Order: sequence, then structure tokens, then C-alpha cells
Amino acid sequence: MAVANIQVSETPLVLYALRRADDALILGHRLSEWCGHAPMLEEDMALSNIALDLIGQARELYSYAAKVEGKGNDEDKLAYLRDVRQYRNLLLLEQPNGDFAQTLVRQFFYSAFADLYWRAMMTSRDATLAAIAAKSEKESAYHLRHASEWLIRLGDGTEESHRRAQDAIDHLWAFTGEMFSVDDGERGLIHAGIAIDPASLRGRWLQTISDVVSEATLVLPQNEWMQQGGRAGRHSEHLGHLLSELQSMQRTFPGLTW
Amino acid sequence: MATPNTPLWEVFIRSRNGLAHKHVGSLHASDATMALQAARDIYTRRGEGLSIWVVPSTAITASDPAEKGMMFEPAESKIYRHPTFYEVPEEVGHM
Repeated sequence: MAVANIQVSETPLVLYALRRADDALILGHRLSEWCGHAPMLEEDMALSNIALDLIGQARELYSYAAKVEGKGNDEDKLAYLRDVRQYRNLLLLEQPNGDFAQTLVRQFFYSAFADLYWRAMMTSRDATLAAIAAKSEKESAYHLRHASEWLIRLGDGTEESHRRAQDAIDHLWAFTGEMFSVDDGERGLIHAGIAIDPASLRGRWLQTISDVVSEATLVLPQNEWMQQGGRAGRHSEHLGHLLSELQSMQRTFPGLTW
Repeated sequence: MATPNTPLWEVFIRSRNGLAHKHVGSLHASDATMALQAARDIYTRRGEGLSIWVVPSTAITASDPAEKGMMFEPAESKIYRHPTFYEVPEEVGHM
């Protein structure tokens, strides 16, 4: 790697925007890996559309983080010149695509949260975050519908699609708890009315996913132990591989544009 | 390609209020709900539409190309049917 990492002054608000930007970029990148490989053309387009929505959200959030930081970083530097420990996305979102069911269940768990999250964030006292929320909410609402309809058909489809969907739920379940956790810095933003408390969304999130999962004739796991770490920069082994691909061009040819 | 689980659907998009839905293409989907979603994802990515119809391709009855002469040639000699002999007021809008 030819280019050094940038340093980011992580004030609570910068870190808050970065974490959400990383969520959107990493999931968007994962979905883009399906481009040209999805099980059918229709789904190839659908997954790419969702990827583009998410990368659009990431760009706005990175730009805002850079502006709040005010140290000359920009969206590209934040995306391409931070290493794996500087990334703060949810562990759920960096998990490999696996089979189609695993991709769909990852999307389903996250979109069911993101839909509620962005809707709640529309009342943020931070005007920029509120504006990003208003745009993102419509996108997330569609992502949730898309993933839900698919999950119902996979679960209630063939024996094999049912098995794969249930395996994906069982595998990814332990990564869902991190969506609702908050650290001290975020607690301050919540008190200031800039952020919302994600714990307050958990009841409705669980209701949403329970309804869809039961319609899909699938079951949610009962285990409550949850994996944490992404928000603090402690990632699974998968993120480094993802970033090496995502960043390879800028690391090799700094400042390259086309 | 045999696709028993994902039959063919025809997609119609209305681009603006007051215009008719127009056929834009087809797609494969398991049912009407999924067809509508796929139509949104494939055919309205550049803001093309305000409304989508999807119709099972099997529901369409087509004219027989072998009957082209009988079906369409008689209309070719009736130029007086073209509305070129009077002016349409601008206020009428789309016709």
C-alpha cells in the first residue's frame, strides 16, 4: 500500500456521521459484488440499485463528517484512506454475501432497522442529518420491502430455499444486537437531540422482523448473546479483504480520477 | 430457458399524468408483487415512471402475423382517417 492512512479527529459528531457512512458504504460495496453474478437479471439490477442508494447515503454522510471535522479531509479520503481499524461499521454489514439467502437476510435485518432509524432521525436537531434522513428513509423503506418479499418467498418456497434462509437467519442473528448499542459519545448526542436512541427502536424492529419471519414459515433464534466490536473498530477478518479491493486503486494511484 | 418458478410478465409504464401506460418490456418474476418490484428496479431507474402495470404475458392474446394482410392492409388506403384535415386547438393537449 503506497499511501499512508489519514488521521481523523473523531469528535462525537464526526464519529457519529462516520459510523453511519461506513455502514452505508460497506453494505453498498457488498451488494455491488453481486453485480453481474446475481441469480437472475432482475435481481442483479435490484441489488445494484440498493447498492447505489447506500453509496449515495455514504457520500453525503462522509462529506458531512469531513465538513464537521474541518481538517481538509473529504469523502474520498475518508472512504479510501482509512484502514480497517479506523472503519466503524456494524459487523453485520461486512459479513460476506454467502448465498442469496444470506445476502437477503443481512439486508432484511439491517433495512428493518434503517427504515425506523432514518424515520426517527428526520426530527434530529442537526439540520444536515435530518435532511439526509429524509432522503434515506424512502430508500430504506423500499430496501425493506424488497428484502421482506424475498424472504417470505425463500422461506415459504422450496425445501432448499427454506433451509438456506433459516441457516442465514441463524448465522447472522448474533450480529443484530450491535445496531442497538450506544457508547458515551453517542449518549451525549442523544441528550442534545442530535441523535436518537436506537434502543428505543428495538421493540418495533423485533415486531417487524418477527411478522415477516413468521409469514416466511421461519423462526428467529432464541439466543441473546450478541457480537460487538465494529463500532469501536474491531472487525471480523472479512473487512480487511473488502477494503483491500475497495481501496486498491486509490492506494496504488493516489488521487486518480476518471 | 424454462422458468417454471418465474414466468414472464409484460411491463407498462405511465410517465406522466394524463398519458397512457406504455409497454416498455418484459421480465421474469415469481408473482405479481415481485414483478412490480422488479419492474420498478429495471424500468424506472432514471425517473421514467409515475405508475407501473404488470401483466402476465400469458394473458395477452396476439394477432396472427399470417393474417397481416387481412388485418392491416385495408387501413392503408384510407388516408382520410388521418386527422390532418383540421387543426387541433393547443388547449386540447395530449390526444
